[in-house]
Amino acid sequence: MQLTYMANSSSGAAFRAFVVRNPRHCWSFIIFCWLAATGAVFAQTPTPEMQPMSPELEVRLKKLETELRCLVCQNQTLAESPAGLAGDLRREIRMLADQNMSNEEIKEHLRVRYGDFVLYRPPVDGKTWLLWFGPFCLFIGGVIMLWLMNRRRTINAQPTAPINAEVLARADAMLKDE
Amino acid sequence: MGYMHMLRTWRFFLPLTIFFGLLWFLWTGLSLNPRDLPSALLNKPVPEFSLPLLHDPSKHLSAADMKGKVWLLNVWGSWCPTCQFEHPQLNALAKQSVVPIIGFNWKDKPEDAKAWLARFGNPYQVSVSDLDGRVAINFGVYGAPETFVIDKAGMIRFKHTGAITEEMLRDTLIPLIRDLDKG
Repeated sequence: MQLTYMANSSSGAAFRAFVVRNPRHCWSFIIFCWLAATGAVFAQTPTPEMQPMSPELEVRLKKLETELRCLVCQNQTLAESPAGLAGDLRREIRMLADQNMSNEEIKEHLRVRYGDFVLYRPPVDGKTWLLWFGPFCLFIGGVIMLWLMNRRRTINAQPTAPINAEVLARADAMLKDE
Repeated sequence: MGYMHMLRTWRFFLPLTIFFGLLWFLWTGLSLNPRDLPSALLNKPVPEFSLPLLHDPSKHLSAADMKGKVWLLNVWGSWCPTCQFEHPQLNALAKQSVVPIIGFNWKDKPEDAKAWLARFGNPYQVSVSDLDGRVAINFGVYGAPETFVIDKAGMIRFKHTGAITEEMLRDTLIPLIRDLDKG
């Protein structure tokens, strides 16, 4: 008891002396202690047991993640979203890939759960027909209209009557008179 | 002359029609809620799961345990402010005992979840814990709170993302549950 007290007081005294001598280092010491403590906390959280990815798999999954939508942030892909759910879905994709599922199978797996919305490229069907082909239809319609209008203008433009030499001479005479 | 007249009318009305069409599209686009996604699981069987109970993790609940009953699954978390906003409606529903409510505690710390229920009331027959959120993916969950109504055959008949309001409870949910109960 006595010993502990002495040890404590002596280390306390040493710390106090250290602080008095180097007031600036006091902060670095406190920060160091804080980092050590939080570091210990981080170390306690369990890490998911996953094998490290092969470079090929990493490239493949990164590409796949850019074709899938994060449903929380909506205008981001899974690859770029920092949302918690996006992290869960990336982990899910990784697990499915580890089960030897192809990209198409993984997309289908997510589609049946989250709907077409999860796909950045929606499938072509009755509901999305207008979305896919509407712009082309508008473009073709515009081209047809332009062609029709142009044609009408050429038809309407009346060919001028050939100028007769006598009329031309008379006009010349009138101009000279002026 | 008749042809020219028709052409002039057409020239006048076509751009007008296009304008109103565009107006309609933009207007409905503005009034839609982009968060209200249709569930891909509507009228599909409830996904199989077996999850530990929040208050007794040694016991599990699976979808098969609920077969033959109309039941309500509510996805919640103590970290979710909208769940807190929705909670009085669930408490009211539980009081009427029209339907068993199963809580789906999504990505939560069990201690926080239990404290939250102790504080705001517990409308759930039981709550199950999905700690890492893997089962939630099978349900297509993308934001708490979410509510599913499952019929006696284990088919999902209703899904709503966001808080259940008093009106929704009175006008949609309870009539639907009564209907399913009869069938």
